[in-house]
Amino acid sequence: MSNIDKATVAKIARLARIKIEDEKLEPLAGELNNILGWVEQLGEVNTDDIQPMSSVVDAKLRWRQDEVNDGDKADSVLKNAPNAEYGFFAVPKVIE
Amino acid sequence: MSDLTKLKIAEARDLLAKGDLTSRELTEAHIAAVEAADPLNAYIEKTPEIALEQADAADAKIKAGDASGMTGIPVGIKDLFATKGVHTQACSKILDSFKPEYESTVTQKLWDDGAVMLGKLNMDEFAMGSSNETSFYGPVKNPWRAKGSNNDFVPGGSSGGSVASVAGYAAMGATASDTGGSIRQPAAFTGTFGIKPTYGRCSRYGMVAFASSLDQAGTITRDVRDGAIMLESISGFDPKDSTSVDIPVPNFEAALTGDIRGMKIGIPQEYHLAGMPGEIEALWHQGIEWMKAAGAEVVDINLPHTKYALPTYYIVAPAEASSNLARYDGVRYGHRNVPDNGGLVDMYEATRADGFGDEVKRRIMIGTYVLSAGYYDAYYLKAQKVRQLIADDFKRAFEKVDAILTPTAPSAAFAFGEKSDDPLAMYLNDVFTVPASLAGLPGSSVPAGLDSNGLPLGLQVLGKAWDEETVLKVSGVIEQAAAFTSQPELWWR
Repeated sequence: MSNIDKATVAKIARLARIKIEDEKLEPLAGELNNILGWVEQLGEVNTDDIQPMSSVVDAKLRWRQDEVNDGDKADSVLKNAPNAEYGFFAVPKVIE
Repeated sequence: MSDLTKLKIAEARDLLAKGDLTSRELTEAHIAAVEAADPLNAYIEKTPEIALEQADAADAKIKAGDASGMTGIPVGIKDLFATKGVHTQACSKILDSFKPEYESTVTQKLWDDGAVMLGKLNMDEFAMGSSNETSFYGPVKNPWRAKGSNNDFVPGGSSGGSVASVAGYAAMGATASDTGGSIRQPAAFTGTFGIKPTYGRCSRYGMVAFASSLDQAGTITRDVRDGAIMLESISGFDPKDSTSVDIPVPNFEAALTGDIRGMKIGIPQEYHLAGMPGEIEALWHQGIEWMKAAGAEVVDINLPHTKYALPTYYIVAPAEASSNLARYDGVRYGHRNVPDNGGLVDMYEATRADGFGDEVKRRIMIGTYVLSAGYYDAYYLKAQKVRQLIADDFKRAFEKVDAILTPTAPSAAFAFGEKSDDPLAMYLNDVFTVPASLAGLPGSSVPAGLDSNGLPLGLQVLGKAWDEETVLKVSGVIEQAAAFTSQPELWWR
Protein backbone atom coordinates (compact mmCIF):
# COMPACT_ATOMS: atom_id res chain seq x y z
CA MET A 1 0.00 0.00 0.00
CA SER A 2 2.59 2.53 0.99
CA ASN A 3 5.43 3.28 -1.32
CA ILE A 4 6.49 6.77 -0.55
CA ASP A 5 8.95 8.22 -3.02
CA LYS A 6 10.85 11.49 -3.04
CA ALA A 7 8.05 13.32 -4.79
CA THR A 8 5.49 12.12 -2.24
CA VAL A 9 7.69 13.26 0.66
CA ALA A 10 7.99 16.67 -0.99
CA LYS A 11 4.21 16.78 -1.32
CA ILE A 12 3.62 15.82 2.32
CA ALA A 13 6.20 18.37 3.45
CA ARG A 14 4.36 21.02 1.46
CA LEU A 15 1.02 20.02 3.00
CA ALA A 16 2.61 20.09 6.47
CA ARG A 17 4.29 23.43 5.71
CA ILE A 18 7.72 22.19 6.69
CA LYS A 19 10.64 23.10 4.44
CA ILE A 20 12.70 19.99 3.76
CA GLU A 21 16.03 20.30 1.94
CA ASP A 22 16.28 18.30 -1.28
CA GLU A 23 19.00 15.98 -0.04
CA LYS A 24 16.87 15.05 3.01
CA LEU A 25 13.87 13.86 0.95
CA GLU A 26 15.32 10.46 0.05
CA PRO A 27 16.36 9.44 3.61
CA LEU A 28 13.03 10.66 4.96
CA ALA A 29 11.20 8.56 2.36
CA GLY A 30 13.05 5.52 3.70
CA GLU A 31 12.11 6.30 7.31
CA LEU A 32 8.46 6.91 6.51
CA ASN A 33 8.25 3.72 4.44
CA ASN A 34 9.69 1.75 7.35
CA ILE A 35 7.13 3.09 9.78
CA LEU A 36 4.18 2.85 7.41
CA GLY A 37 5.23 -0.63 6.27
CA TRP A 38 5.10 -1.68 9.92
CA VAL A 39 1.66 -0.17 10.58
CA GLU A 40 0.26 -1.95 7.54
CA GLN A 41 -0.11 -5.10 9.67
CA LEU A 42 -3.42 -3.54 10.71
CA GLY A 43 -4.67 -4.85 7.36
CA GLU A 44 -4.81 -8.32 8.97
CA VAL A 45 -7.54 -7.24 11.36
CA ASN A 46 -11.11 -7.80 10.28
CA THR A 47 -12.92 -4.54 10.95
CA ASP A 48 -16.08 -5.17 8.94
CA ASP A 49 -19.10 -3.80 10.83
CA ILE A 50 -16.85 -2.07 13.41
CA GLN A 51 -17.57 1.59 14.05
CA PRO A 52 -14.45 3.74 14.32
CA MET A 53 -13.90 4.99 17.87
CA SER A 54 -15.19 8.52 18.27
CA SER A 55 -14.87 9.00 22.01
CA VAL A 56 -12.63 7.13 24.41
CA VAL A 57 -14.88 7.52 27.46
CA ASP A 58 -18.64 7.10 27.59
CA ALA A 59 -19.39 10.75 28.05
CA LYS A 60 -21.64 13.09 26.14
CA LEU A 61 -20.21 16.39 25.08
CA ARG A 62 -21.77 19.09 27.21
CA TRP A 63 -23.82 22.00 25.99
CA ARG A 64 -23.38 25.44 27.38
CA GLN A 65 -25.24 28.69 27.05
CA ASP A 66 -24.31 30.50 23.85
CA GLU A 67 -23.00 33.57 25.52
CA VAL A 68 -19.72 35.45 25.74
CA ASN A 69 -17.83 34.29 28.83
CA ASP A 70 -14.33 35.52 28.09
CA GLY A 71 -12.56 38.08 25.98
CA ASP A 72 -11.57 41.71 25.84
CA LYS A 73 -7.90 40.89 26.33
CA ALA A 74 -6.24 41.81 23.05
CA ASP A 75 -3.03 42.88 24.80
CA SER A 76 -2.78 39.53 26.49
CA VAL A 77 -3.41 37.68 23.25
CA LEU A 78 -0.74 39.66 21.43
CA LYS A 79 1.80 39.56 24.23
CA ASN A 80 3.73 36.56 22.88
CA ALA A 81 3.52 37.52 19.20
CA PRO A 82 6.88 37.64 17.39
CA ASN A 83 5.58 40.79 15.71
CA ALA A 84 2.47 42.76 16.61
CA GLU A 85 1.47 46.18 15.30
CA TYR A 86 -1.54 48.39 15.93
CA GLY A 87 -3.31 45.65 17.88
CA PHE A 88 -2.83 43.02 15.16
CA PHE A 89 -0.50 40.11 14.46
CA ALA A 90 1.92 41.30 11.81
CA VAL A 91 3.02 38.97 8.98
CA PRO A 92 4.97 39.39 5.71
CA LYS A 93 3.02 41.15 2.98
CA VAL A 94 0.37 38.86 1.48
CA ILE A 95 -1.27 41.19 -1.07
CA GLU A 96 0.74 43.45 -3.38
CA MET B 1 15.80 15.40 60.13
CA SER B 2 19.16 15.51 58.43
CA ASP B 3 18.10 15.64 54.80
CA LEU B 4 14.66 17.14 54.26
CA THR B 5 14.67 16.18 50.58
CA LYS B 6 14.42 12.51 51.55
CA LEU B 7 10.99 13.05 53.14
CA LYS B 8 7.94 11.71 51.40
CA ILE B 9 4.90 13.93 50.83
CA ALA B 10 2.80 12.17 53.47
CA GLU B 11 5.63 12.43 56.04
CA ALA B 12 6.20 16.11 55.33
CA ARG B 13 2.45 16.78 55.48
CA ASP B 14 2.29 15.29 58.98
CA LEU B 15 5.37 17.21 60.19
CA LEU B 16 3.98 20.45 58.73
CA ALA B 17 0.64 19.86 60.44
CA LYS B 18 2.32 19.28 63.81
CA GLY B 19 4.39 22.42 63.41
CA ASP B 20 7.66 20.45 63.50
CA LEU B 21 8.58 21.71 60.05
CA THR B 22 7.82 24.78 57.96
CA SER B 23 7.28 24.83 54.24
CA ARG B 24 10.02 27.46 54.05
CA GLU B 25 12.57 25.06 55.56
CA LEU B 26 11.39 22.27 53.28
CA THR B 27 11.43 24.54 50.24
CA GLU B 28 14.88 25.97 50.97
CA ALA B 29 16.28 22.44 51.23
CA HIS B 30 14.71 21.60 47.89
CA ILE B 31 15.92 24.75 46.16
CA ALA B 32 19.46 23.73 47.16
CA ALA B 33 18.83 20.18 45.91
CA VAL B 34 17.54 21.54 42.59
CA GLU B 35 20.74 23.61 42.22
CA ALA B 36 22.89 20.61 43.03
CA ALA B 37 21.01 18.45 40.52
CA ASP B 38 22.15 20.45 37.48
CA PRO B 39 24.16 17.48 36.15
CA LEU B 40 20.87 15.57 35.73
CA ASN B 41 19.46 18.33 33.47
CA ALA B 42 16.00 17.64 34.91
CA TYR B 43 15.06 21.31 35.35
CA ILE B 44 15.10 23.59 32.34
CA GLU B 45 13.78 26.58 34.33
CA LYS B 46 14.10 27.15 38.07
CA THR B 47 11.67 29.33 40.00
CA PRO B 48 13.14 29.75 43.52
CA GLU B 49 11.53 33.18 44.10
CA ILE B 50 8.07 31.87 43.29
CA ALA B 51 8.78 28.81 45.45
CA LEU B 52 9.71 30.84 48.53
CA GLU B 53 6.71 33.12 48.11
CA GLN B 54 4.40 30.10 47.84
CA ALA B 55 6.13 28.45 50.81
CA ASP B 56 5.43 31.44 53.04
CA ALA B 57 1.83 31.51 51.87
CA ALA B 58 1.59 27.79 52.61
CA ASP B 59 2.95 28.29 56.12
CA ALA B 60 0.28 30.91 56.73
CA LYS B 61 -2.35 28.55 55.34
CA ILE B 62 -1.22 25.78 57.69
CA LYS B 63 -1.26 28.16 60.66
CA ALA B 64 -4.78 29.17 59.74
CA GLY B 65 -5.84 25.50 59.81
CA ASP B 66 -6.63 25.56 56.11
CA ALA B 67 -4.16 22.90 54.92
CA SER B 68 -4.76 19.99 52.55
CA GLY B 69 -2.50 17.16 51.36
CA MET B 70 -0.26 19.21 49.07
CA THR B 71 0.02 22.37 51.19
CA GLY B 72 3.63 23.47 51.46
CA ILE B 73 4.94 20.57 49.33
CA PRO B 74 7.64 21.50 46.76
CA VAL B 75 6.97 19.99 43.33
CA GLY B 76 8.32 20.20 39.79
CA ILE B 77 6.10 20.91 36.78
CA LYS B 78 6.53 19.26 33.40
CA ASP B 79 7.23 21.92 30.77
CA LEU B 80 3.98 21.22 28.90
CA PHE B 81 1.74 22.62 31.67
CA ALA B 82 1.07 26.31 31.11
CA THR B 83 2.31 28.34 34.06
CA LYS B 84 1.45 32.01 33.93
CA GLY B 85 4.48 34.15 33.14
CA VAL B 86 6.84 31.18 33.41
CA HIS B 87 8.69 29.22 30.70
CA THR B 88 6.26 26.85 28.93
CA GLN B 89 7.63 25.35 25.73
CA ALA B 90 7.03 21.59 25.87
CA CYS B 91 10.82 21.63 25.42
CA SER B 92 10.53 22.74 21.80
CA LYS B 93 12.39 25.54 20.05
CA ILE B 94 9.23 26.47 18.20
CA LEU B 95 7.76 27.88 21.42
CA ASP B 96 10.88 29.96 21.98
CA SER B 97 10.44 32.44 24.84
CA PHE B 98 6.71 31.72 25.15
CA LYS B 99 5.33 32.73 28.52
CA PRO B 100 1.64 31.94 28.89
CA GLU B 101 -0.85 34.57 29.99
CA TYR B 102 -2.85 31.88 31.75
CA GLU B 103 -2.45 28.92 34.09
CA SER B 104 -3.25 25.27 33.34
CA THR B 105 -6.05 23.81 35.47
CA VAL B 106 -3.80 21.05 36.82
CA THR B 107 -1.21 23.50 38.14
CA GLN B 108 -3.87 25.93 39.36
CA LYS B 109 -5.35 23.13 41.46
CA LEU B 110 -1.93 22.46 42.99
CA TRP B 111 -1.42 26.15 43.81
CA ASP B 112 -4.96 26.38 45.21
CA ASP B 113 -4.01 23.54 47.56
CA GLY B 114 -0.87 25.41 48.59
CA ALA B 115 1.79 23.44 46.69
CA VAL B 116 5.15 25.04 45.89
CA MET B 117 6.65 25.28 42.38
CA LEU B 118 10.39 24.55 42.15
CA GLY B 119 10.57 24.98 38.38
CA LYS B 120 9.80 23.52 34.97
CA LEU B 121 10.94 20.05 34.04
CA ASN B 122 12.64 18.69 30.96
CA MET B 123 10.77 16.34 28.62
CA ASP B 124 10.87 14.93 25.11
CA GLU B 125 9.90 17.64 22.62
CA PHE B 126 6.07 17.83 22.62
CA ALA B 127 6.16 14.58 24.67
CA MET B 128 7.22 12.68 21.55
CA GLY B 129 9.80 10.21 22.73
CA SER B 130 10.54 7.46 25.21
CA SER B 131 14.01 8.46 26.39
CA ASN B 132 13.96 12.26 26.80
CA GLU B 133 16.56 12.46 24.02
CA THR B 134 14.37 14.60 21.73
CA SER B 135 14.25 17.63 24.06
CA PHE B 136 15.50 20.93 22.63
CA TYR B 137 17.24 21.38 25.99
CA GLY B 138 19.22 18.16 25.75
CA PRO B 139 18.71 14.79 27.39
CA VAL B 140 18.04 14.11 31.07
CA LYS B 141 20.28 11.70 32.94
CA ASN B 142 18.79 8.87 34.95
CA PRO B 143 19.85 9.26 38.61
CA TRP B 144 20.35 5.49 38.64
CA ARG B 145 23.60 3.96 37.43
CA ALA B 146 24.46 0.32 36.96
CA LYS B 147 26.35 -1.31 39.79
CA GLY B 148 30.04 -0.38 39.72
CA SER B 149 29.65 1.78 36.62
CA ASN B 150 29.77 5.50 35.87
CA ASN B 151 27.90 5.17 32.60
CA ASP B 152 24.73 7.20 32.20
CA PHE B 153 21.33 5.82 31.27
CA VAL B 154 18.21 7.46 29.86
CA PRO B 155 15.44 8.21 32.39
CA GLY B 156 12.74 7.10 29.95
CA GLY B 157 10.27 9.51 28.44
CA SER B 158 8.58 11.61 27.72
CA SER B 159 8.36 12.69 31.39
CA GLY B 160 12.14 12.31 31.85
CA GLY B 161 12.62 15.47 33.93
CA SER B 162 9.66 14.56 36.14
CA VAL B 163 11.05 11.15 37.09
CA ALA B 164 14.67 12.29 37.38
CA SER B 165 13.75 15.15 39.72
CA VAL B 166 11.69 12.86 41.98
CA ALA B 167 14.12 9.90 41.91
CA GLY B 168 16.99 12.37 42.38
CA TYR B 169 15.47 14.03 45.48
CA ALA B 170 15.08 17.37 43.71
CA ALA B 171 11.25 17.40 44.04
CA MET B 172 8.83 15.60 46.33
CA GLY B 173 6.50 14.98 43.43
CA ALA B 174 6.11 16.09 39.84
CA THR B 175 3.34 16.55 37.33
CA ALA B 176 3.63 14.43 34.23
CA SER B 177 1.54 13.53 31.20
CA ASP B 178 0.83 10.29 29.44
CA THR B 179 -0.12 9.88 25.79
CA GLY B 180 1.16 6.35 25.19
CA GLY B 181 3.16 5.59 28.33
CA SER B 182 5.01 8.80 29.13
CA ILE B 183 4.29 8.51 32.86
CA ARG B 184 4.52 4.76 33.42
CA GLN B 185 7.60 3.86 31.35
CA PRO B 186 9.90 6.55 32.86
CA ALA B 187 8.57 5.72 36.35
CA ALA B 188 9.65 2.11 35.77
CA PHE B 189 13.11 3.26 34.59
CA THR B 190 13.72 5.32 37.75
CA GLY B 191 12.16 3.34 40.61
CA THR B 192 9.37 5.91 41.08
CA PHE B 193 5.59 5.54 41.26
CA GLY B 194 3.72 6.91 38.28
CA ILE B 195 -0.03 7.03 37.81
CA LYS B 196 -2.07 8.05 34.79
CA PRO B 197 -5.76 8.37 35.66
CA THR B 198 -8.76 7.70 33.44
CA TYR B 199 -9.02 9.93 30.37
CA GLY B 200 -11.23 12.83 31.46
CA ARG B 201 -10.25 12.70 35.16
CA CYS B 202 -7.82 15.62 34.92
CA SER B 203 -8.43 18.72 32.86
CA ARG B 204 -6.34 19.14 29.72
CA TYR B 205 -6.86 22.93 29.83
CA GLY B 206 -3.46 24.56 29.57
CA MET B 207 -1.61 21.39 28.64
CA VAL B 208 0.34 21.73 25.41
CA ALA B 209 -1.55 19.34 23.13
CA PHE B 210 0.12 16.33 21.49
CA ALA B 211 -2.72 13.86 20.75
CA SER B 212 -5.88 15.15 22.35
CA SER B 213 -7.81 11.88 22.50
CA LEU B 214 -4.93 10.28 24.43
CA ASP B 215 -3.24 13.05 26.47
CA GLN B 216 -3.89 12.80 30.19
CA ALA B 217 -2.13 14.38 33.16
CA GLY B 218 -0.82 12.35 36.07
CA THR B 219 1.85 12.30 38.75
CA ILE B 220 5.29 10.98 39.65
CA THR B 221 6.06 10.42 43.32
CA ARG B 222 8.36 8.28 45.45
CA ASP B 223 5.60 6.02 46.73
CA VAL B 224 1.98 5.04 46.20
CA ARG B 225 0.54 7.06 49.09
CA ASP B 226 2.19 10.22 47.77
CA GLY B 227 0.76 9.44 44.35
CA ALA B 228 -2.73 9.16 45.82
CA ILE B 229 -2.36 12.51 47.60
CA MET B 230 -1.01 14.39 44.59
CA LEU B 231 -3.39 12.80 42.07
CA GLU B 232 -6.36 13.81 44.18
CA SER B 233 -5.13 17.40 44.15
CA ILE B 234 -4.96 17.64 40.35
CA SER B 235 -8.14 15.67 39.56
CA GLY B 236 -11.62 16.99 38.99
CA PHE B 237 -14.13 18.39 36.55
CA ASP B 238 -13.25 21.52 34.61
CA PRO B 239 -15.73 23.31 32.34
CA LYS B 240 -12.76 24.66 30.35
CA ASP B 241 -12.03 21.18 28.95
CA SER B 242 -14.88 19.69 26.90
CA THR B 243 -13.62 16.15 27.53
CA SER B 244 -13.30 16.62 31.30
CA VAL B 245 -15.91 14.43 32.97
CA ASP B 246 -18.15 15.67 35.75
CA ILE B 247 -17.93 12.93 38.36
CA PRO B 248 -16.80 13.25 41.97
CA VAL B 249 -13.16 12.70 42.92
CA PRO B 250 -12.86 10.02 45.62
CA ASN B 251 -10.48 10.22 48.56
CA PHE B 252 -7.69 8.30 46.83
CA GLU B 253 -5.54 7.90 49.92
CA ALA B 254 -8.43 6.12 51.68
CA ALA B 255 -8.27 3.43 48.98
CA LEU B 256 -4.90 2.25 50.32
CA THR B 257 -6.31 -0.38 52.64
CA GLY B 258 -3.79 -3.06 51.69
CA ASP B 259 -6.68 -5.47 51.44
CA ILE B 260 -7.10 -7.18 48.07
CA ARG B 261 -8.51 -10.45 49.39
CA GLY B 262 -10.93 -11.98 46.92
CA MET B 263 -10.03 -9.50 44.23
CA LYS B 264 -9.55 -10.92 40.73
CA ILE B 265 -6.30 -9.95 39.00
CA GLY B 266 -6.04 -10.60 35.26
CA ILE B 267 -2.83 -11.70 33.55
CA PRO B 268 -3.03 -10.99 29.81
CA GLN B 269 -1.43 -13.88 27.95
CA GLU B 270 -0.61 -11.69 24.92
CA TYR B 271 1.87 -9.71 27.05
CA HIS B 272 4.27 -12.67 27.13
CA LEU B 273 6.42 -11.25 24.36
CA ALA B 274 8.85 -13.40 22.43
CA GLY B 275 12.38 -12.27 23.21
CA MET B 276 11.47 -10.44 26.41
CA PRO B 277 14.34 -10.53 28.93
CA GLY B 278 14.04 -13.36 31.45
CA GLU B 279 14.35 -10.85 34.28
CA ILE B 280 11.16 -9.09 33.18
CA GLU B 281 9.26 -12.39 32.97
CA ALA B 282 10.61 -13.35 36.40
CA LEU B 283 9.53 -10.04 37.93
CA TRP B 284 6.06 -10.43 36.47
CA HIS B 285 5.87 -13.95 37.88
CA GLN B 286 6.98 -12.58 41.26
CA GLY B 287 4.18 -10.00 41.06
CA ILE B 288 1.67 -12.78 40.42
CA GLU B 289 2.93 -14.62 43.52
CA TRP B 290 2.56 -11.41 45.58
CA MET B 291 -1.04 -11.09 44.44
CA LYS B 292 -1.80 -14.68 45.46
CA ALA B 293 -0.04 -14.26 48.80
CA ALA B 294 -2.21 -11.21 49.50
CA GLY B 295 -5.34 -13.30 48.94
CA ALA B 296 -6.25 -12.21 45.42
CA GLU B 297 -7.32 -14.64 42.75
CA VAL B 298 -5.12 -14.62 39.66
CA VAL B 299 -6.92 -15.24 36.36
CA ASP B 300 -5.45 -15.68 32.88
CA ILE B 301 -7.17 -13.35 30.44
CA ASN B 302 -6.91 -12.58 26.74
CA LEU B 303 -6.57 -9.20 25.08
CA PRO B 304 -6.48 -10.52 21.50
CA HIS B 305 -5.73 -7.25 19.70
CA THR B 306 -2.71 -6.36 21.84
CA LYS B 307 -0.19 -6.73 19.02
CA TYR B 308 -2.05 -4.13 16.98
CA ALA B 309 -1.98 -1.46 19.67
CA LEU B 310 1.39 0.05 18.74
CA PRO B 311 0.72 0.34 15.00
CA THR B 312 -2.72 1.78 15.83
CA TYR B 313 -1.14 4.30 18.17
CA TYR B 314 1.44 5.31 15.55
CA ILE B 315 -1.38 6.30 13.20
CA VAL B 316 -3.79 7.91 15.67
CA ALA B 317 -1.23 9.89 17.68
CA PRO B 318 0.69 11.39 14.71
CA ALA B 319 -2.61 12.19 12.97
CA GLU B 320 -3.82 14.18 15.96
CA ALA B 321 -0.37 15.71 16.42
CA SER B 322 -0.19 16.92 12.82
CA SER B 323 -3.46 18.72 13.41
CA ASN B 324 -2.62 20.07 16.88
CA LEU B 325 0.83 21.28 15.86
CA ALA B 326 -0.51 23.15 12.84
CA ARG B 327 -0.91 26.13 15.18
CA TYR B 328 2.86 26.69 15.34
CA ASP B 329 3.27 28.93 12.34
CA GLY B 330 5.36 31.82 13.59
CA VAL B 331 2.40 34.21 13.70
CA ARG B 332 1.00 34.23 17.22
CA TYR B 333 3.77 33.02 19.51
CA GLY B 334 7.18 31.45 19.66
CA HIS B 335 9.86 31.17 17.04
CA ARG B 336 9.61 32.94 13.68
CA ASN B 337 11.89 32.76 10.66
CA VAL B 338 11.19 34.97 7.64
CA PRO B 339 13.60 34.21 4.75
CA ASP B 340 14.85 37.20 2.75
CA ASN B 341 12.11 38.36 0.37
CA GLY B 342 9.97 35.52 1.66
CA GLY B 343 6.20 35.57 1.75
CA LEU B 344 3.76 34.14 4.27
CA VAL B 345 4.11 30.49 3.18
CA ASP B 346 7.90 30.80 3.13
CA MET B 347 7.68 32.04 6.70
CA TYR B 348 5.52 29.10 7.77
CA GLU B 349 7.83 26.58 6.13
CA ALA B 350 11.07 28.07 7.41
CA THR B 351 9.70 28.61 10.92
CA ARG B 352 8.52 25.02 11.21
CA ALA B 353 11.68 23.65 9.58
CA ASP B 354 13.96 25.08 12.23
CA GLY B 355 11.49 25.15 15.12
CA PHE B 356 10.67 21.43 15.21
CA GLY B 357 13.14 18.64 15.91
CA ASP B 358 13.51 15.52 13.74
CA GLU B 359 11.14 13.22 15.66
CA VAL B 360 8.41 15.86 15.76
CA LYS B 361 8.79 16.48 12.03
CA ARG B 362 8.67 12.75 11.35
CA ARG B 363 5.40 12.41 13.27
CA ILE B 364 3.82 15.48 11.66
CA MET B 365 4.72 14.05 8.26
CA ILE B 366 3.22 10.64 9.08
CA GLY B 367 0.11 12.29 10.48
CA THR B 368 -0.26 14.52 7.44
CA TYR B 369 0.11 11.51 5.14
CA VAL B 370 -2.42 9.27 6.90
CA LEU B 371 -4.98 12.08 6.93
CA SER B 372 -4.42 13.10 3.32
CA ALA B 373 -6.91 12.50 0.52
CA GLY B 374 -6.86 8.91 -0.68
CA TYR B 375 -5.20 7.53 2.46
CA TYR B 376 -7.58 8.60 5.23
CA ASP B 377 -9.78 5.47 5.05
CA ALA B 378 -6.92 3.02 4.64
CA TYR B 379 -4.92 4.35 7.59
CA TYR B 380 -6.74 6.66 9.98
CA LEU B 381 -10.24 5.21 9.80
CA LYS B 382 -8.83 1.69 9.93
CA ALA B 383 -6.80 2.59 13.03
CA GLN B 384 -9.84 4.09 14.77
CA LYS B 385 -11.71 0.83 14.14
CA VAL B 386 -8.89 -1.29 15.54
CA ARG B 387 -8.73 1.11 18.47
CA GLN B 388 -12.37 0.29 19.20
CA LEU B 389 -11.53 -3.42 19.14
CA ILE B 390 -8.68 -2.84 21.61
CA ALA B 391 -11.03 -0.96 23.94
CA ASP B 392 -13.59 -3.79 23.57
CA ASP B 393 -10.91 -6.32 24.57
CA PHE B 394 -10.43 -4.46 27.85
CA LYS B 395 -14.15 -4.09 28.40
CA ARG B 396 -14.64 -7.85 28.09
CA ALA B 397 -11.65 -8.57 30.34
CA PHE B 398 -12.93 -6.23 33.05
CA GLU B 399 -16.20 -8.14 33.17
CA LYS B 400 -14.11 -10.93 34.69
CA VAL B 401 -11.37 -9.17 36.64
CA ASP B 402 -10.91 -6.11 38.88
CA ALA B 403 -7.40 -5.17 37.76
CA ILE B 404 -4.74 -6.29 35.30
CA LEU B 405 -1.07 -6.89 36.13
CA THR B 406 1.74 -6.67 33.55
CA PRO B 407 5.34 -5.52 33.33
CA THR B 408 5.57 -1.77 32.65
CA ALA B 409 8.28 -1.88 30.01
CA PRO B 410 10.04 -4.65 28.08
CA SER B 411 13.47 -3.64 29.45
CA ALA B 412 15.24 -1.60 32.13
CA ALA B 413 16.69 1.83 31.30
CA PHE B 414 19.01 1.79 28.30
CA ALA B 415 22.08 3.79 27.29
CA PHE B 416 22.01 7.11 25.42
CA GLY B 417 21.97 6.66 21.65
CA GLU B 418 21.09 2.99 21.92
CA LYS B 419 17.70 3.40 20.24
CA SER B 420 17.63 7.00 19.05
CA ASP B 421 18.63 6.09 15.47
CA ASP B 422 15.84 3.57 15.08
CA PRO B 423 12.32 5.00 15.56
CA LEU B 424 10.68 1.56 15.55
CA ALA B 425 12.98 0.18 18.27
CA MET B 426 12.18 3.26 20.36
CA TYR B 427 8.43 2.90 19.82
CA LEU B 428 8.56 -0.70 21.14
CA ASN B 429 9.35 0.66 24.63
CA ASP B 430 5.69 1.50 24.98
CA VAL B 431 4.36 -1.91 23.95
CA PHE B 432 2.79 -2.60 27.38
CA THR B 433 1.56 0.93 28.11
CA VAL B 434 0.00 1.98 24.79
CA PRO B 435 -3.03 -0.38 24.82
CA ALA B 436 -4.50 1.13 28.01
CA SER B 437 -3.82 4.64 26.70
CA LEU B 438 -5.80 3.85 23.56
CA ALA B 439 -8.66 2.62 25.77
CA GLY B 440 -8.44 5.66 28.10
CA LEU B 441 -7.97 3.45 31.18
CA PRO B 442 -6.14 4.30 34.41
CA GLY B 443 -2.76 2.68 34.98
CA SER B 444 0.24 2.86 37.26
CA SER B 445 3.83 1.71 37.40
CA VAL B 446 5.12 0.51 40.76
CA PRO B 447 8.82 -0.03 41.51
CA ALA B 448 9.09 -3.77 42.08
CA GLY B 449 12.73 -4.79 41.89
CA LEU B 450 16.17 -4.35 40.36
CA ASP B 451 17.68 -6.11 37.38
CA SER B 452 21.07 -7.84 37.53
CA ASN B 453 22.79 -4.50 36.82
CA GLY B 454 21.05 -2.86 39.75
CA LEU B 455 18.63 -0.81 37.60
CA PRO B 456 14.96 -0.48 38.65
CA LEU B 457 12.11 -2.42 37.07
CA GLY B 458 8.39 -1.69 37.38
CA LEU B 459 5.11 -3.56 37.34
CA GLN B 460 2.06 -2.03 35.69
CA VAL B 461 -1.44 -2.13 37.21
CA LEU B 462 -4.42 -1.31 34.97
CA GLY B 463 -7.97 -0.67 36.15
CA LYS B 464 -11.47 -0.07 34.88
CA ALA B 465 -12.44 3.40 33.75
CA TRP B 466 -12.89 5.67 36.81
CA ASP B 467 -11.49 3.02 39.15
CA GLU B 468 -8.18 4.62 40.10
CA GLU B 469 -8.89 3.43 43.62
CA THR B 470 -8.37 -0.22 42.71
CA VAL B 471 -5.23 0.68 40.75
CA LEU B 472 -3.88 2.46 43.82
CA LYS B 473 -4.93 -0.31 46.19
CA VAL B 474 -3.25 -3.05 44.14
CA SER B 475 -0.20 -0.81 43.62
CA GLY B 476 0.05 -0.39 47.38
CA VAL B 477 0.05 -4.15 47.90
CA ILE B 478 2.83 -4.61 45.32
CA GLU B 479 4.82 -1.83 46.94
CA GLN B 480 4.53 -3.44 50.35
CA ALA B 481 5.40 -6.91 49.08
CA ALA B 482 8.33 -5.68 47.00
CA ALA B 483 9.71 -3.67 49.94
CA PHE B 484 11.59 -1.63 47.36
CA THR B 485 13.97 0.45 49.46
CA SER B 486 16.85 0.80 46.98
CA GLN B 487 17.94 4.33 46.21
CA PRO B 488 20.26 5.76 43.60
CA GLU B 489 23.61 7.00 44.89
CA LEU B 490 23.61 10.79 44.96
CA TRP B 491 26.62 10.98 42.57
CA TRP B 492 25.65 14.42 41.26
CA ARG B 493 25.48 16.17 44.64
